Order: sequence, then C-alpha cells, then structure tokens
Amino acid sequence: MNGRVIDFMPSEGRQVVIPGQILGEIPAFKAGRGTFIENKKIYSEVLGILNIQENFIHVIPLRGRYDPEVGDFVIGVVLEASTSNWMVDINAPYPALLHVNEVPWEIEFADTEKYLNTGDTILAKVLSVDESKKLQITLNDRNLFKLKGGHLLEFEPSIYRRIIGKKFSMIEIIQKYTRCRIKVGKNGRIWIDGDPDGIEKVLQVISKIENEAATFGLTDRIEQFLRKDAKDVR
Amino acid sequence: MKSNIELITSEGKRLDGRGPEDLRKIRIEAGVLHRADGSCSLEWGGNKVLAAVYGPREAVPRHTQNPLRAIVQARYNMAAFSVEDRKRPGPDRRSVEISKVISEALERVVLTDQFPRASIDVNIEVLDAEAGTRCAGLTAAAVALIDAGIPMRDIPVACAAGKINGVVVLDLGKEEDNFGDADLPIAISPRTGEVLLLQMDGHLTYDEFNQAFDLAVKGCLTVSELQKKAIMQKYQAVAAEVQE
Repeated sequence: MNGRVIDFMPSEGRQVVIPGQILGEIPAFKAGRGTFIENKKIYSEVLGILNIQENFIHVIPLRGRYDPEVGDFVIGVVLEASTSNWMVDINAPYPALLHVNEVPWEIEFADTEKYLNTGDTILAKVLSVDESKKLQITLNDRNLFKLKGGHLLEFEPSIYRRIIGKKFSMIEIIQKYTRCRIKVGKNGRIWIDGDPDGIEKVLQVISKIENEAATFGLTDRIEQFLRKDAKDVR
Repeated sequence: MKSNIELITSEGKRLDGRGPEDLRKIRIEAGVLHRADGSCSLEWGGNKVLAAVYGPREAVPRHTQNPLRAIVQARYNMAAFSVEDRKRPGPDRRSVEISKVISEALERVVLTDQFPRASIDVNIEVLDAEAGTRCAGLTAAAVALIDAGIPMRDIPVACAAGKINGVVVLDLGKEEDNFGDADLPIAISPRTGEVLLLQMDGHLTYDEFNQAFDLAVKGCLTVSELQKKAIMQKYQAVAAEVQE
C-alpha cells in the first residue's frame, strides 16, 4: 500500500499532482514548497503542478487561499475603521491590520473614517506576518495608495505569475492593447480602470488566462487574441 | 432486527444482483459549485451527496480558535426529502454524531498546523439517502477539500462492510442495512492504511470482524482510485483543451 504512484502522466503540458502522491526520495531530491517528507520519501501536500528545479521538488498549487508573505503587493478592501487602525480584507485566511502610523496622511485621533472607510479599496504592502499569522500591512511606500473608481476582480491567487507574465510581459501587453490602468495584487485581486470597452477586453483576457493557466506559450496566444480586434495601439 | 427476508441467495447473489464483494455504482465530480472554495458531487448507488468546503478562514466565535492549528468543522445534514416520509429538518442526535466523527477523521489528514487560528468548514448535504451516507459524505468531503486547495497528507476515503444472513459482504444497500446483522463503516488513509473512522452497528464475531474489516479496506482502495480519477479529470481537462 505504501507509496503507490498513479499513472496519470500527461504526454504534454505540465504534470498535475494530488495530495499524498509520491514525488521522490530524500537523498536524491530535496523537498521544496508544497511538499512534505515521511519515511525519507517526498510527497505532495496540495493539488498542484509539479516543478523540479535542481533536485528541489516543488508543487505549485492550483487552488487555495492566498498565503501572505512579507513584501507582497496586495489589494485590500477595508472592513472597518477603529480609532487608531483599520481592519482590511486581503483575501488571506485572516484580516490584516493597517495602523495609522502606516499611512501617508496625518491623522487626528479617531479621525480614521475620513481617510478610509468600509468598502474602500487600497493597494498595500504586507509589512509583517508573525508566527500565529497575525498580519500587518502598510501604505507607506512608493506606488501604494487608495484606489478610486475602477473595477475590482478576483482570480485564483495561484495563477498570479501567469497573469503578470515573465518580467511583467503579460500585463504590459494587456495594458498596451486595452489602454486600461491595471494593478494586480498578489492576493488574487485585479483593479482595472479605463473605458468600458477596454475593461470588457481585460475581463475576457483574465478569464482566458485563468482557463489556460497550466499551458505553455500563453503570453503569445494572449497577444494574438488581443491583436485580432485592436484598433489603435500606442 | 430479525426477519425472514432472504437478503443473499446460496449462490451469493444479493437483492440488487451484486455479488458479496461488489460495490454499488459510484460517480464523483469535483468543482461543481461556484461560490464555495471547493466542492464535490457524489452518487453512490442511490445516495446523492453534495460537499462544499470554505476556508481556511478565521474561526468564529473566537473561543473555538486554536492558536497553534486550524480546526476542521464538518457539518453533515440530511435534506428533508432525502428519506421516505419526511425527515424533520435540522440537526438531530444522529447527524451531530456523524458531523463529529467526520470532522475528526478529516482533521487527521489535513495539515492543520499551517493555519493557526483558522477554521476549515466542510458542509455535507445528503440529498438522497440509501444506506452508507456517512461513507459517501466523507468520500465527497475529501474530494471537496482537495478542490479547495487545502494541504493534506493523503486523500481520506470511506467504505462500509457488513453481515447479511450470516454472510460478510461489502457496501450494504438499504434493505441489507435495515434487515441485516451488522454494519461496519470505516474510513482510512489509503497511503498509510491508518484508520480514521470505525463504527459498528450489530454483532460480529472476532473472525467475522476481521473479514469485514479487510473487505471494507479493499472497498476503500477501489473508491480511492475513483476519487483520484475525478480530481485528475477536472484539472487535466484544462491542459487538454488548449492543445486542440
């Protein structure tokens, strides 16, 4: 019964693995993200895509909540304003704390609601994650601000890298063809601002990326898709 | 309950035509609900079960939180129309018990230490019941957990064995459950063989128990393959679609 390998090897594309599936043994390989070790064997702990890099076995999850890491850019929605801080939903298992010292404005005591109130959207950065997963975020950095207007869209956090593309190539292409302002949070949220046609186009592209996330050559296909009915490209 | 109904013939044929070691027909589909983080629809003979997973999210009320790990809260519920006559809606003694044993079975395989203070909520809704709903519910819940991307050590799976007219058989049907001698539902972690749930209704001798247990484990392993197939089908379809 121990360590049976299932023969679901796809001939092309990336290999999908499931929890408890054996991936390798410990002296030959090292256990990376998304794996655990039991009796010197490496097993997958999540449903994901197998990725082996220099003896390190990683499993990149296909589904699941956003796992916050310090320094991540996230898009948050304010849940409530207290006298000296805000609670912000950043799509993680836990709400994040935004303290008045971590915003670029001078705030009088208990005046927090004047600046950010329930339902407001912000582009923030994860400041700290402690061992009991208490989260703090900050607005004190360049390129961090309150997002006014626009559309907020959610996607599967695991495909963040596919939406961004290599060195932001994907997002640059989308911005070029649709002339929208786009901000992508690592927590699975996208904020889009532009004219209605452009926004519509972006929504189509995002759902296309979501459906085809596990395939190769995605950026090229998206560019073809966008070029097909692009009128004026800057 | 004693009766003179012949549940199994001398040739080993059961009421629905199955042999003593045959399972009912099982169909599993992952990711059927859009609002839940993960979901699964499962049909096991005449059972129809829907499982939905939410989370990990902060556990409420606060005092239920564990500062070191996540809690798994399963809620087993039977629809009013799931049985003959009508079941009075709401939790009763039976469903509270099943919720508890399923929660504890799932908590064993979920890597709960990755989500301190959180709760992982599993909702199991029995739409149509025909004996063996706790096994069907747990099997569906396991697929829904994977669909939700919850980190786990293994994919738990459940199956029952029992005794009818003195013969040990696999996967009891409705009449066999009502008029049979014993029912033994178990859940295991198929990779390690660890037992996650074991209940027994009725009487078995020591030898019969061992025989029924081994049979149920065998059934679990068969169902386990179906679970894996269902997950793979859902997530490999994506890759195949584009290659056309």
